[in-house]
Amino acid sequence: MGYHMSLSIRLTINGLKREIALDDPRVTLLDLLRERLHLTGTKKGCDRGQCGACTVLVDGRRINSCLSLAASLDGAEITTIEGLADGEDLHPVQAAFIAHDGFQCGYCTPGQIMSAVGLISEGNAGDDPERIRELMSGNICRCGAYQGITEAVLEAQKDLAERNRRDAA
Amino acid sequence: MPLETTSPLPQHRRHGSSAGQPLTRRDGVLKVTGRATYAADNHPDGMLYAVTAVSSIARGRVTALDVEAAKAHPGVVEVLTPANRPPLAHDPDEKMPPFGFRVEVLQDDTVRYVNQPIAIVIAETPEAATEGAALLNPQYEVEPARTGRESGERFDPEVIGIGAPARTAHGDIEAGFAAAVRVTEADYVTPPQYHNAMEPHAVVAQWDGDRVTLDMPNQALALSCASHAAYFGIPAENVLIRSPFLGGGFGSKAILNGPQILAILAARMLDRPVKLALTRAQMYGPVGHRGRTWQKLRLGMDEEGRLTALHHQALCTTSSFDEFLEPAANASLPLYASPAILAEHEGLRLDVGTPGPMRAPGLASGSAALEVAMDEAAEACGMDPLDFRLANYAETEPTTGKPFSSKALRECYAEGAKRFGWSGRPHEPRTMRDESGFLVGWGMGTAVFHCPHFPAEARATLRADGTALVETAGADMGQGAWTALAQIAAEALGLDPDQVELNSGISSLPDGGIAGGSGHTASAGLALHNAGEDAIARLAELATTDPASPLFGAGNIGVVARAGRLHRRDDENRSESYAEILARAGRSDVVGTAKAARDPAVASAHAMYSHGAVFAEVKVDPDLGQIRVARLVGAFAAGRVINPRLVRSQYFGGMIWGASFALHEEAIADRRTGRIMNADLAEYHVPVNADVPSLDAILIPEDDPYVNPIGVKGVGEIGITGTVGAIANAVWHATGVRVRRFPVRVEDLIISREFA
Amino acid sequence: MNRFDYIRPASVPEAVEAAAVPGSTYLAAGTNLLDLMKGGAARPERVIDITRLPGLDRIEWLPDGSVRVGALVRNSDLAYDDRFARTFPAVAEALLSGASAQLRNAATVGGNLMQRTRCAYFHDLASACNRRAPGSGCDAREGENRLHAVLGWSEHCIATHPSDFCVPLVALDAVAEVAGAHGAREIPVDALHVLPGATPEQETALAPGELIVSLRIPAEAAAFARNARYLKLRERTSFAFAVVSVAAALEMEAGAIRKARIALGGIAAKPWRAREAEVSLEGAEANPEAFAKAAEMALAEARPSGDNAFKIELARRIVARALTLALDGTPEAMPALPASPFSTTPGANHAA
Repeated sequence: MGYHMSLSIRLTINGLKREIALDDPRVTLLDLLRERLHLTGTKKGCDRGQCGACTVLVDGRRINSCLSLAASLDGAEITTIEGLADGEDLHPVQAAFIAHDGFQCGYCTPGQIMSAVGLISEGNAGDDPERIRELMSGNICRCGAYQGITEAVLEAQKDLAERNRRDAA
Repeated sequence: MPLETTSPLPQHRRHGSSAGQPLTRRDGVLKVTGRATYAADNHPDGMLYAVTAVSSIARGRVTALDVEAAKAHPGVVEVLTPANRPPLAHDPDEKMPPFGFRVEVLQDDTVRYVNQPIAIVIAETPEAATEGAALLNPQYEVEPARTGRESGERFDPEVIGIGAPARTAHGDIEAGFAAAVRVTEADYVTPPQYHNAMEPHAVVAQWDGDRVTLDMPNQALALSCASHAAYFGIPAENVLIRSPFLGGGFGSKAILNGPQILAILAARMLDRPVKLALTRAQMYGPVGHRGRTWQKLRLGMDEEGRLTALHHQALCTTSSFDEFLEPAANASLPLYASPAILAEHEGLRLDVGTPGPMRAPGLASGSAALEVAMDEAAEACGMDPLDFRLANYAETEPTTGKPFSSKALRECYAEGAKRFGWSGRPHEPRTMRDESGFLVGWGMGTAVFHCPHFPAEARATLRADGTALVETAGADMGQGAWTALAQIAAEALGLDPDQVELNSGISSLPDGGIAGGSGHTASAGLALHNAGEDAIARLAELATTDPASPLFGAGNIGVVARAGRLHRRDDENRSESYAEILARAGRSDVVGTAKAARDPAVASAHAMYSHGAVFAEVKVDPDLGQIRVARLVGAFAAGRVINPRLVRSQYFGGMIWGASFALHEEAIADRRTGRIMNADLAEYHVPVNADVPSLDAILIPEDDPYVNPIGVKGVGEIGITGTVGAIANAVWHATGVRVRRFPVRVEDLIISREFA
Repeated sequence: MNRFDYIRPASVPEAVEAAAVPGSTYLAAGTNLLDLMKGGAARPERVIDITRLPGLDRIEWLPDGSVRVGALVRNSDLAYDDRFARTFPAVAEALLSGASAQLRNAATVGGNLMQRTRCAYFHDLASACNRRAPGSGCDAREGENRLHAVLGWSEHCIATHPSDFCVPLVALDAVAEVAGAHGAREIPVDALHVLPGATPEQETALAPGELIVSLRIPAEAAAFARNARYLKLRERTSFAFAVVSVAAALEMEAGAIRKARIALGGIAAKPWRAREAEVSLEGAEANPEAFAKAAEMALAEARPSGDNAFKIELARRIVARALTLALDGTPEAMPALPASPFSTTPGANHAA
């Protein structure tokens, strides 16, 4: 028979292993990050998987943290916007978002960036802007920074590919 | 904050100035690393969570709430209802001057619209507060909801929008129609739309005695301090609002709302910090919306296609208990020359939350109808839509005869048309196909928006090390105030922007005015400009009166501030750095201050608008009727451009809003209950990335010596206007179907005879 | 969201046993269940987390050429599985046209089969809904219903099934493999979702506590690989539910149609298989007249349930279009805009 969990879970968040005592089984990953761990870079825009502002990487895959029960992710590795830069060195996606003005108010931006990082690692878009637009469509930007976002993803992807080539050489 | 620039840099518009450069956002690093702090990111010790329970009826009374069930939920601390809500110092059923609406803060058990707060639950965790609110299980005495044109109460409004007259007449409209050889007339409908900023309205309230600190996204800091102070019976200076970043506003974060007041009240009552963030669904009610309109346009033309009469009527919805009427018909006032123009508004009271200003209030809805009507009139005259607009180009403001402070609309038409390729447009509809067989259509519209100026204040401090601190309580909701305001201040101070620290976004600073009406950069910018000049003047005074300074005695000749030094105006080689001047004077700083407002004499002598022209190409599936905007080209003239990168982004955003208005957005209210059946982001459609394939914004140079001393007009809202009509007109050109109801839906094409 | 017991079983039998207690529900990724729980349309007392059940995350090719897909395989993993996408391209295209990349990365195959309607009256707790609260009535019937069902609806319920994935599955005779307290059984996906009739609360053929453990697509379905499409009309280019969608697959033989498969989405409480239309095409020449006739037959029984008569005409047109596209051939690569009319040419017969 199954067991009632102790409500204690382990997560690796931005490289840091954490033992987390959940106060309530209802806690979503998003509310765990924001309200318990005070990692507020991840944003709540709709809380229903409809806007993408809460996008984080779970075991390397981009997902909506608002529709993930924290308890269910026991053992997972989470990357949030706070874990992307290397100290003061921005991740190429972050730098490209600035260079291409891929945001205005900035509220959807952490989700856009995490989604872009996920998109690039999925490797399904190639350098086709239409595929990037389609695969970034889970992240709503009400300010309408889409053109800059698409350009930023293209450039960051190129940048990352070059880095990988350099590293491999 | 690090600053990055891109190259090649355009020529500086003013000598030695950083203004005009496409600097990247100074808040960019904070925003891409998640370190930009929005209101709901705050978490003071001991904080509680508040969640409102909202009505599911549009009209009636709450007869019962199961407060016991809510309180029995572990973690629930308190439930506020009309029965135990502490008093407020301002009657919420009285308007709060100057812009405040009546609000619903549990003053009684009546319900006036769906999603009105009817209780607020405060708990130790967000989960407990949310479920506590769900357990209240309200019972109602329901009255029939007035949801439509037939059931609502019609009235003649005294004013529309914010203080505009409901009727504006120029010339003799009947004589105008009598003189016409052709008259076109049609009805247009625009739907209710909701701002849906990505950041839900939120507040974290902390009381310390009779002082309160509010972390709250806010477009109007000083006004909001005064209004909140009035509600809580404390002096305005006891309210501190921190709003460094707004996750979008679009007009919905400029005006007080009930849920935030209730959360602040709960924090005082419980003597603990309280956080409230609306759910997405709860944003469809108490925080404003763009009201529905029914518009009628009647245009009379002479033999040459010149307007002889332009009659624009609008029936605009508001709530049952307050008034904000979309000034839609006024869209016909500033744009096209006609000997007779009549704009009239009628009100319709429905059981909805009070509408409010939403990005391009009045002009968005009015322009949508006007620009389609112009297209229809051009068609009736057998004229190209652009030629028709040029034939009716207004050289002076049509209803007043005032000269425009500047108007480079002709250049917008020309450059936009050139970039778009408009001259190749076939006149007849349904004549273009792409290589895949999709129907292709081209349409255009004229864009226009006002140039308001709000009183604002600023302070500029030149520091001993030669850098500066400039301060104004501005608001950056994405338009780029952190960057553009710093550029303006740096220009006035003769410094590079990276030597200028900007403090903003907190109400304790000098009043930065309102971030709305596309007037913030001009208003707060002018205050910063003047404060900077004041600081430089004071510094010059120190130098020119000091015999040890190379500038001694230059008081009458004057000095020029450039690159951190003051130079003698008549001898560039005689100069001294700010740091040297201050050091010798034994000063740690010199402080300049300024208040800025528009010169009333200049204002009354000129008509002031930003202008633009938008060209749209749509593709339409010939069988299925699905529409996609293939490209949008907008050319805009809005005075002096402080930062072309940010301005372009504002235009793009506005144009996407225009596409959204034309093809996507509509709140669907159940006609029986008034409940909004798509109060979310899944079925209330705003454009996603794939909806926006190609955007082009052309920045037309425009020098405006009158609009304000810095020559800046507004760019935040104009992009919507023109675009809606351009897209609708392109759909007509592609399909031959004239849709006069927004958004254009698939069935509007599928069931029409012309489409089949 | 109501309070609940969180239970994490270690095996399928444990899960089934745990779910035998009334008020239980299975949780996989949660992309649909948590949405329902946040809105209050679902208020389970026990949440049985099946994400750790072993062996349900595999794509397994069986000796006869059929494929078994574990219920916990993520939508995106299935859609981007090379062999799967090549063998069942319409299924992959449907998967990639659904929701968003983030949701597809999380959502599972089993969860997709079990997703609930998007009918706003089902989700709005203040509305009467026989599906959510049996016997309460159907407020959609006289309500805002331009996107509601035009086939298979009843006076008791006019909701539609929102899945894209299930549409080609029904067309291809896919089967759900189910575990329950009384052992294992198979249910064709076409029979999994049931029409509302007088009991709209009965949404599926599953008995209480039964768990979908895998999905099987038969080997015969691979015969359509070269001529299979999924086409979906939406109110924005991406990240929207279907107004109407269709899966169309042809098996061609010497220029004639040997077999045809047609299923529609967004028009009924279940993915709608158009069997008579399929039969009309078998042996027929593939041409616009034959497709138009099939489209006519597919919608022969359709009638508006409200302000949605346009959906009938739209469905006819999209069936004909999807058949045309299927005849043109499965694209070499997944279109940039999967299932969108704008992903591809509308067909030579539409050229001016």
